[in-house]
Amino acid sequence: MIEVLTPGPYATVQDLGRHGYAHLGVPCSGAADAASLRLANRLVGNPERLAGIEITFGMARLRFPAGAWVALAGAPCPVSGGAPGAGMGVPFWVPKGAEVRLGTPPWGLRTYLAVRGGVAVEPVLGSRSTDSLSGLGPPPLRPGTVLPVSPAAELDDITADLAPLAGPRPPVLRVLPGPRDDWFAPGALETLCATPYTVNQDSNRVGVRLRGAEPARARQGELPSEGMVTGAVQVPPSGQPIVFLSDHPPTGGYPVIAVVAEADLPIAAQLRPGDTVRFKIVPHR
Amino acid sequence: MIRRAGEHGLLVETGALEVSHRLDAALRAERPPEVREVVPGPETVLVVAPGADQGRLRGLLERLVADCRSEAGGRAARDGGSATGSASRGQSLSRRTYPSSRGESPSRRTYPSSRGGADQAASPPTGVEPPFHEGADVVTIPVVYDGEDLESVAEAAGIPVDEVVERHTGRELVVGWLGFAPGFAYLIGLDPVLHVPRLATPRTAVPAGSVAVAGPYSAVYPTASPGGWRLLGRTDLRVWNVSAEPPTPFRPGTRVRFEVA
Repeated sequence: MIEVLTPGPYATVQDLGRHGYAHLGVPCSGAADAASLRLANRLVGNPERLAGIEITFGMARLRFPAGAWVALAGAPCPVSGGAPGAGMGVPFWVPKGAEVRLGTPPWGLRTYLAVRGGVAVEPVLGSRSTDSLSGLGPPPLRPGTVLPVSPAAELDDITADLAPLAGPRPPVLRVLPGPRDDWFAPGALETLCATPYTVNQDSNRVGVRLRGAEPARARQGELPSEGMVTGAVQVPPSGQPIVFLSDHPPTGGYPVIAVVAEADLPIAAQLRPGDTVRFKIVPHR
Repeated sequence: MIRRAGEHGLLVETGALEVSHRLDAALRAERPPEVREVVPGPETVLVVAPGADQGRLRGLLERLVADCRSEAGGRAARDGGSATGSASRGQSLSRRTYPSSRGESPSRRTYPSSRGGADQAASPPTGVEPPFHEGADVVTIPVVYDGEDLESVAEAAGIPVDEVVERHTGRELVVGWLGFAPGFAYLIGLDPVLHVPRLATPRTAVPAGSVAVAGPYSAVYPTASPGGWRLLGRTDLRVWNVSAEPPTPFRPGTRVRFEVA
């Protein structure tokens, strides 16, 4: 099990999400930077889909009363505590009763902790993820939260010693036009891509809220509510785009000018308030 | 028209809610491989299918949406269609099952109606009519009409309280789509006399099971939440239960009748 001494600013249990219920109003949820959760899971010999902890802006302290194999990926936090060899991108053994303490990451926002066996909180609608929008799944971690861990007996051996961790990727999000680019004036996509945007303080797991040039609308008003995908760049009446992350509402009424390529969602998920980011159009294949 | 929504999404323009519901039902019956989400809206259906052969999926969607349009058109041509439909639909009203969201055989859970029977299946009145889909399930919702806003709704509508209840129970509604919160269904086809604006100041807490109206919609609050809809009453029928599969009796196209508990 894992005992939360302090979760840092915000930490939740996340797996790869709650799929198949969007038509019932249920967000997909799941790790915002799924690639990092998958990597952390692989490092401890877990299937990629198992639940881990998504830690926002580091500063968490976790205790492992029974000992555990652990790996960290995503935003690179300094790691201390009583585990020899602890660090980012390596599987390490946390001895019985020892702690894992994270500092603040020099870049990035979300760090993923995988534990061999996986976090074993009760699934809700097939997922253990906390959904910050609807409240489904376990509540965000608090001091004193105890998380069960599944036994590791059935798992593969740990085979990796080290995953080369990427540095900060260039803050450029490739976008595919549409589905509602026709709701915008000619040149709006070029406006979106011409100048960098700044990430707002009120960004969260629902979306990255941006400040910058306003793509001009050709049509005013709201669309009839329609399904939204993760990565959608929605432009509300303020003109300031929002990039939808995992906890986005399944439907919305503001037009989506473009959608971030799946491979770049981890970049979006690692943006922190004050960062700048650009968009780059890539055509549909 | 079918629009691209990122690498894995196709947004099918149906142009009409009934066509959306039919396409949704057809896709859940067909279950094309790799389709992860099917999200109907008033004029669209979003299909999310990571890893799917986009060309083949697009071809299938084009064919299905054309079929759904002609079925919907055919129904509209049959004198409004609803009278014929409801006669044949009436038989199983007393004990309804609803299919799971994955389109398997009817689920283990049933939603018994406390009073309904074939004789209760009145034809929906003409005029503002929801897009009934003959294959959809019916859920009967017993309501205790003692809501805090019952009188203000009566006042706004210019009718006595009894008539609010009569008009709310007098028509079959249909789930247009779900949103706002998990299991929160926008029910359309509400009697136009009951179209009243939302509260100027939303309540900070509305109990689960509250039955409410706002604008052209009615709804049952699936869980306790803040809300600005006007409360007509409450039901004991649980419309959101994460331990059940599916977790709600509502899905786009489900037909809904309110009755006095």
